[in-house]
Amino acid sequence: MSAAATPVEQPRSAVSDAVASGVRKNAWTLGLLALLVVLFVVVKYLNPAYSFVSAQSTATSILPLALAAVAQAVVVISGGIDLSISSQMALTSCIAAILMKNNPGDAVSVGVVILVLLVGLLLGAVNGALVVITKVPDIIVTLATSFVWAGFALLVAPAPGGSSAQWLKDLVVGQLGVEFIPKAAVLLLVLVAIIWIPVRRTRAGLSMYAIGSNQLAAFRSGVPVSRTKIFSYTVAGLIAAFAGLSLTASTGIGTPVPEPTYVLIAIAAVVLGGVSLAGGVGGVIGPILAVVALQLIRDAMTYMRIDSNYGLVAQGVILIGVLMAGSFIQMRRSRT
Amino acid sequence: MTAAAAPADQRPARQPAMWRNVMRDYPLVPLIVLLIVLVVVVELARPGTVSTGWAAITVRQAAILAILAGCQTLTMLTGGIDLSVGYVASMAGFVTATFVHQPGGWVFGVVVALAASALAGLVNGIGIGIFRVHPLIMTLGMGLIVFGFANVWQLQSVQTGSGVPQEIRTVGVGLTGDIIPNNLLIFVPVAVVLILMLRRTGYGRMLYAIGDNPVAARLSGVRSWQVIVVLYVISALLAAIAGLLQSGLSNTASVTLVQSYLLPSVAAAVIGGTSILGGRGGYGGTIVGALILTVLTGVLSIALPEPWRQIVFGSIVVLVAAAYTRVTGES
Repeated sequence: MSAAATPVEQPRSAVSDAVASGVRKNAWTLGLLALLVVLFVVVKYLNPAYSFVSAQSTATSILPLALAAVAQAVVVISGGIDLSISSQMALTSCIAAILMKNNPGDAVSVGVVILVLLVGLLLGAVNGALVVITKVPDIIVTLATSFVWAGFALLVAPAPGGSSAQWLKDLVVGQLGVEFIPKAAVLLLVLVAIIWIPVRRTRAGLSMYAIGSNQLAAFRSGVPVSRTKIFSYTVAGLIAAFAGLSLTASTGIGTPVPEPTYVLIAIAAVVLGGVSLAGGVGGVIGPILAVVALQLIRDAMTYMRIDSNYGLVAQGVILIGVLMAGSFIQMRRSRT
Repeated sequence: MTAAAAPADQRPARQPAMWRNVMRDYPLVPLIVLLIVLVVVVELARPGTVSTGWAAITVRQAAILAILAGCQTLTMLTGGIDLSVGYVASMAGFVTATFVHQPGGWVFGVVVALAASALAGLVNGIGIGIFRVHPLIMTLGMGLIVFGFANVWQLQSVQTGSGVPQEIRTVGVGLTGDIIPNNLLIFVPVAVVLILMLRRTGYGRMLYAIGDNPVAARLSGVRSWQVIVVLYVISALLAAIAGLLQSGLSNTASVTLVQSYLLPSVAAAVIGGTSILGGRGGYGGTIVGALILTVLTGVLSIALPEPWRQIVFGSIVVLVAAAYTRVTGES
């Protein structure tokens, strides 16, 4: 398979051609994957005690953030941005935790989960409908609704509290059979597979990419722009509800005050994951890998006994550095 | 945006054209009407509230919000946004406070704080102006960096102790003759400079030009990157000033002190009629927007518990922004 690595000028067969184009199309994701491997090696080198068990707890703790990044990616791909995702997570997480407070039976808690997912769909649909109806820029609308959802979260749970059903906790904590498969990672992949792949493969997904890359052109080609926009926010709301549930499951409670860094880090992960903020480019796997990479960098810094606050600095520097480098390369290329 | 859309609006639909012209040409008029309505509501909700003392306290609070909203107004005029102002402002207040017991005193602290803020703004400007990084991302990342460094500084300065200097407290919280907030001493010059800059100087016109049509601006000989770099330095310095005033007002210095003002500062600029898409708006509207939000927060804190306050606050921001978009026909 050396053909995959050689330049494209000498295509040998359809197979190697397909591989080469696959590599080229997913260059960013593959690069991130390579970065992840390097980071794992670095972390393992820095802390020989780092094991698959530590990886499991890492996976559990970043699951909500990874889902938040996926939700953000869906909106950004269709040309919007959602600053209310962390508030949606806080609200859905609180609803789940409060309703499961007295450890009701499994049947009830399944009902609660379904209700919470419906609430997520509703929140997303409201965001999308407001953007479409008011014609106010997405960033302002979702900024405002972030207050609204956070307010409702405080109504549901005036203070952090509630609890999570045991089976929900079991879904995200620990290993699946063997120790090197964290349950949280499997859950994440399953969720992405059942939500994103159907969306991506259908007309609706294609429309999302279309309105993200050029709204006017999409409109003129007969894409239902408004409906697609609402759809993308609704999908994001559903994923944010899953993120909220995973927050309840991993912490065991619902916290009404949204974590302020979630929005920032989710957007950072989306951009680092190869999704263009202008819309229309990228997927959801890149952002997930970027979330893991950002976490591993923080872990590595912890093991190097660097003040954890430099972790924030590092995340900011990486975010800015990658983007600056990217646009620098692009400028050089367009000049020649 | 034809007249058919007007019935959905709550405003009188009889003469939509006139309303539209008024709002477009004199955006301050409806804003001031809204402000007066809110003040009346305050008085009705709790008779006897509205007094000179109440006005002084409201203005004192609104001045800080207005300065931060100034950062958003300037950057939004070019089609940008500055999400680092919350952390930069908090950092400035905090750094100054840590220098109180140090050689050089608080004056040196202020100098260090302003220098650090200007540096953050410079990096923002270089990233946005030269490397064309999206302003949202650039300032967001910069916010994380400033917050991280401020935390590190906090750990290092634990032993030396800190406190808000008396002079800054006097300016931040004091009321001359129980009526005039001392922080107007800072705010009025800032506001005058910003308004004159936007209306009367070439630099101000370049901000509008870049936001309105970046390509046309470049072809007309505007060196966009220089304008942008200077812009974000100005924005960071404004944020630092707001941070100092807030630390004086609340007599606290923490690395997250002003962060809760970030979203209201964007909201104040939007309510004041500045378009986030660039090229339209002004600082006069922003000042009224900041007053409206401050009075509104006051009304809500009298009438409603915290959760409902947030819900109503968010809803009103959407409604006002929607009304603007509808009236000005911008999409």
